[in-house]
Amino acid sequence: MIEIKNLHANVEGKEILQGINLKVNAGEIHAIMGPNGSGKSTLANVLAGHEGYEVTEGSVSFNGKDLLDMAPEDRAREGLFLAFQYPVEIPGISNATFLQTALNEIRKYNGQPELSPKEFLDLIKEKSEILNMDSSLLSRAVNQGFSGGEKKRNEILQMLTINPKLAILDETDSGLDIDALKIVSQGVNAFRSDDNAVIVVTHYQRLLDYIVPDFVHVLFHGKIIKSGNKDLALELEEKGYDWLTKGSLETQNV
Amino acid sequence: MPEENKNNEMKVVEDLTQSEYKWGFVTDIEEEEFPIGLNEEIIRKISAKKEEPEWMTEWRLKAFRYWKTMEEPHWGKVKFPKIDYQALRYFAAPKQKPQYESLDEVDPELLETFEKLGIPLEEQKVLAGVAVDAVFDSVSVATTFQETLAEKGIIFCPISEAIKNYPDLVKKYMGSVVPYTDNYYAALNSAVFSDGSFAYIPKGVRCPMELSTYFRINAINTGQFERTLIIADDDSYVSYLEGCTAPMRDENQLHAAVVELIALENAEIKYSTVQNWYPGDKDGKGGIYNLVTKRGACRGNNSKISWTQVETGSAVTWKYPGCILQGDNSVGEFYSVAVTNNHQQADTGTKMIHIGKNTKSTIISKGISAGKSDNSYRGLVKVTKNATGARNFSQCDSMLMGNQCGAHTFPYLEIDNDTAIVEHEATTSKVSEDQIFYLNQRGIATEDAVNMIVNGFCKEVFKELPMEFAVEAQKLLAISLEGSVG
Repeated sequence: MIEIKNLHANVEGKEILQGINLKVNAGEIHAIMGPNGSGKSTLANVLAGHEGYEVTEGSVSFNGKDLLDMAPEDRAREGLFLAFQYPVEIPGISNATFLQTALNEIRKYNGQPELSPKEFLDLIKEKSEILNMDSSLLSRAVNQGFSGGEKKRNEILQMLTINPKLAILDETDSGLDIDALKIVSQGVNAFRSDDNAVIVVTHYQRLLDYIVPDFVHVLFHGKIIKSGNKDLALELEEKGYDWLTKGSLETQNV
Repeated sequence: MPEENKNNEMKVVEDLTQSEYKWGFVTDIEEEEFPIGLNEEIIRKISAKKEEPEWMTEWRLKAFRYWKTMEEPHWGKVKFPKIDYQALRYFAAPKQKPQYESLDEVDPELLETFEKLGIPLEEQKVLAGVAVDAVFDSVSVATTFQETLAEKGIIFCPISEAIKNYPDLVKKYMGSVVPYTDNYYAALNSAVFSDGSFAYIPKGVRCPMELSTYFRINAINTGQFERTLIIADDDSYVSYLEGCTAPMRDENQLHAAVVELIALENAEIKYSTVQNWYPGDKDGKGGIYNLVTKRGACRGNNSKISWTQVETGSAVTWKYPGCILQGDNSVGEFYSVAVTNNHQQADTGTKMIHIGKNTKSTIISKGISAGKSDNSYRGLVKVTKNATGARNFSQCDSMLMGNQCGAHTFPYLEIDNDTAIVEHEATTSKVSEDQIFYLNQRGIATEDAVNMIVNGFCKEVFKELPMEFAVEAQKLLAISLEGSVG
């Protein structure tokens, strides 16, 4: 699905990613954990093509194509989806209009016919139900006046509707109460299949009780310093990051 | 932001702001022209040409004499070269003055022009139910739907015909909202106005269709001086659409129109404008000067006047469609989208004058500036001493694209009655990179993303436009801002 090799990236001249290597296959869920400032969100944004980040070294192959060579909208059309940590507001544009435009742009790119308004409404209704979302959120302006939980749910609704090949969830659990967390996880679990993959970026193990990962990676100072299975997340929960990060620093100092 | 990204951004802004005016063309139709310059002789000639009664000629001359005593105003936040009024030609009309039974008899070249402008008269007849009084330069050449309107007693005709056929109405109302003493350009217009539209909606009649006029400036060096007068008698309703494009040319062209609206007891007038005159090229050369006086009087109790404008064109736009709220409980509304790009300048807004009791006004202004343009909102809310219970709400939002343009807000409040409630809100924003990235990440390309964001920004105004105009307005906006990402 995606293969990241020796990825280095800068923000305002400062190197944040310092050689990431990661391979994600179809059907897998990978969790990326790590303390604040370790580069988790940077990785998500670099993969999505945010202009504020400069890739200085490395390569990313996405379904056999050079991801870093593509404009952000083409990455999306090729099947990469980012659920934003801070979804932005677009005043005056209804959520439904926005999502219909997005979906049809992606379908057009992939040579599929655009959905009629009726087909679109049926689809979005079906997906909203998975997330217990009030249909009034569809007619409101994109994310405007949405609560934190509504915004995150809206991101997952978009994911379900667009049905990408690879979904990257950037701290989707932050700011969610336990009920909202369960609903969001329900959405992600409804999404997962043998044909797609999910990268879950998170600070806390809590989310991984509901979205069970196949692999867990710990990111620190822009590098993956440890990888394991779901038990690694539990270990982190118990011990914190210190036992890993100290080791890492010591190794670096040697 | 890394330097490289900044440069990219600048490049995108440049690319986007350099879309060329898509409606520029000149039609070869024989025109009858007067000599260049302005004097009493010319005014008498204009009046004679139009077979006007003596009182009209006199009114024009009075206006001209008054105009000569006035000085060109310079208080607007707009700059343009001094206009030599003696170098303009004050009358041009297509030579074959037509009296057609059907469109088949109309000069095919003229029809072609209308086609290019997107005014399919035939189609409009059938599909949209819009009566179009198309002004080609100075003389009206095609009027449709007269019969349907006549059945209801509605008068909709060129003002030159109204002067001859309905002198009492014209005498009573022309100049009653915008007197020739009002301002420099209104005085000039009163002296030399060529033609324009006249509408009268009788008591108790709801006009069954949108009334519409398309303007087009098409004679070199011809100042265009339209004069529009709309009267809605007691308990009547009318919606009027004005839209225009102009051919591309290098010389600046002056457009100084006057529009007067009068709403009597319980009457409502909705006046919508989509303006897309040639804005000049991307270096600021050429383009129309749009110096227009538009004003409505809510004379009757419970009357209402609503102005909606989408201004994307002209090199210089300087106008304040306003409402004089004389009747008790009368309502004035102003909804505006003004887009400036490249070197365009706009100083526009409204005047709401509260005189009657419990009068209400609403002002929603959306200014979008791109390129090196300057966009100002200037609005007056005046509550006079006896206007008990007056209410005003104003919201002025500006959006900037790139970092070479300007947005300014000049609200003036003159409140002489302490029961008045006046609210003013103003915001300035940029199309943010985060918004664009968010839409990009959902598969929407940057240009479409900008259009979407801008359309969202203007939604409150667009929803006031009649359906077919709203679609046109969105297209115009997309064309005007092609490539303007900030």
